Amino acid sequence: MTAENGKLIIRLENIKRIYKVGVERIHALDGIDLRLFENEYVAVMGQSGSGKSTLMNVLGCLDRASSGYYELDGQDTTRLSDAELARVRNERIGFVFQSFELLGQLSALRNVEMPLIYSRDGWLTRRRRAKTSLERVGLGERIKHRPNQLSGGEKQRVAIARAMVCNPSILLADEPTGNLDSKTSESILELFDQLHREGQTIVMVTHEEHVAKHTKRIIRLEDGHICSDLAEEDDIIGRGDAEGKML
Amino acid sequence: MKALLSAPLVFVQLLYQSMYLALSQIWANKTRSLLTTIGIVIGVASVTAVIAALTGLKAQILSQVETFGSNTIIVQPQRPDKGPQSHLPWWNFRFKAEEFEDILEHCPSVARCSRVSYTGQNVRHGERSVKGVQIVGVEPSWHEVESRPIVLGRKLSMVDETRPVCLVEPQLRDKLRLDKDCIGESIRIGHNTFRIVGVIERREKMELGGDSREDEEAVVEIKFFLRRARRIKPGDHDTFRVDSLKSAIKTFNKIALVMTLVAGGIVGISLLVGGVGIMNIMLVSISERTREIGLRKAVGARRSAILTQFLVEAIILCFFGGLVGVGVGELLTLGIAGINPLLEKTYIPVWAIALSFGFAGSVGVCFGMFPAIKAARLDPIEALRHE
Repeated sequence: MTAENGKLIIRLENIKRIYKVGVERIHALDGIDLRLFENEYVAVMGQSGSGKSTLMNVLGCLDRASSGYYELDGQDTTRLSDAELARVRNERIGFVFQSFELLGQLSALRNVEMPLIYSRDGWLTRRRRAKTSLERVGLGERIKHRPNQLSGGEKQRVAIARAMVCNPSILLADEPTGNLDSKTSESILELFDQLHREGQTIVMVTHEEHVAKHTKRIIRLEDGHICSDLAEEDDIIGRGDAEGKML
Repeated sequence: MKALLSAPLVFVQLLYQSMYLALSQIWANKTRSLLTTIGIVIGVASVTAVIAALTGLKAQILSQVETFGSNTIIVQPQRPDKGPQSHLPWWNFRFKAEEFEDILEHCPSVARCSRVSYTGQNVRHGERSVKGVQIVGVEPSWHEVESRPIVLGRKLSMVDETRPVCLVEPQLRDKLRLDKDCIGESIRIGHNTFRIVGVIERREKMELGGDSREDEEAVVEIKFFLRRARRIKPGDHDTFRVDSLKSAIKTFNKIALVMTLVAGGIVGISLLVGGVGIMNIMLVSISERTREIGLRKAVGARRSAILTQFLVEAIILCFFGGLVGVGVGELLTLGIAGINPLLEKTYIPVWAIALSFGFAGSVGVCFGMFPAIKAARLDPIEALRHE
């Protein structure tokens, strides 16, 4: 466990997510307890089917837990309406997806601007904030380009700028380097590191150990449970795995 | 209080966002949007053109009718459809001048009466001649029945009863190359020479009005009077017909209304087809943009925002179609007016334009609603996984 200092951002208590498939009940999350503090840099790892995507969806307020308590920024989210959840997503959560999810017919600037359309900013503020956000990820020069004129790394930078434009309490990244080659991956991870240094709280889902190495805390899931939750330097499984690979 | 004030503001902002999104989407898919709206364009164009043609036809017919006055009653001989007389040649039924002599005494509802006979003749003045001019033989009282203004000279009067005098219309005067002031000149009509005493306007200015019940009474009186004057036995068919112009106008208005309704029905169907086109393209668009919808929801778009976005897109498409449709309708109307002189008065009334836009808008709302609801209900996680 990392030092429990700073502001508490996320508090999960006994979160369960149960899917019904026919008569069968699948426990995608089976009693998760988790606390995340401000400026933490966390990797969520696990095999496919371990529940890490479901955990991301619940953390991102895209999905509701079947039972349990989820507090974000001191606000109980379990009782919020759909519209209120949308607002929470808009103001407090930034998403970065594996396949970027940029809108092809819009310029980088417009793509970054998009979440602000659903907030209460005026046109000018929107432009300004979107530009600032693009500059922050190092794409200040390419704001007029469309996604098909950008490289994979640049696309993911635009997506990160979009996630950051609302100043979210937490940045959720789902396999952000999954579609990138190793060199570009590294530069994107460096960008995450930089955002972390600037004070951003980041949760990253990944199954790659070298990606998880960038983070400060690694949470491993198995069958909907947290099976290990350790600081990066204490994470023996990962190290062993990495060493295994090196051999 | 603050919440109450901010509610409409939020709505306006939502609408503004939706229009912004819809316009950029339509602009991004220019060709598709254009093709989609063709159904609406055709629908709206045909609404406006049909309404314009009908209005024009009505105006034209009414203006012709108004040359007489609307409380004029026309009596003409007619061979009965049935009975032994139906085989006799038409000239057996011609009116005789004396039949109408004491009509004013016997028909209290008839104010004035003029016997009129029509014929076509060649008219000549010096070297110039005009063929097939309509010649109308009238009595002095005709001026009171059909109050066409005299431009020059005088009306016909009692003293003219036995004299060969005539009035000419300005058009005929010009064709014959007569002077502007042609009073006193002689022209030959057929084989007889007539002296011109005045120039008469082609068409009179009519004030509509009068009581239509009075008209009906007059019609009944005239029928009764003529049957006696023509010695038609009870049970035999009339050998004449009496038409009140007002009732003719009424009948025409009824026919025009029915025609408008029928045309409206046809046009309604074409708008329906256009609407289905819009719905189809919106459904296609939504399934294409499922991931986009998922993304928008993930970054904080509420259901209402997605709903409005797609609804506004459909409505804008329809309004755009309506706009183009009114333009095409205007062109069609000009074309119609050019082809047939009977329809030269064709124009698009403002209410028809309003109606077209109203239709287009409601088609947008009706047919855009289902796809928009479908989009708004998408689950963001599912939508983001969509291929």
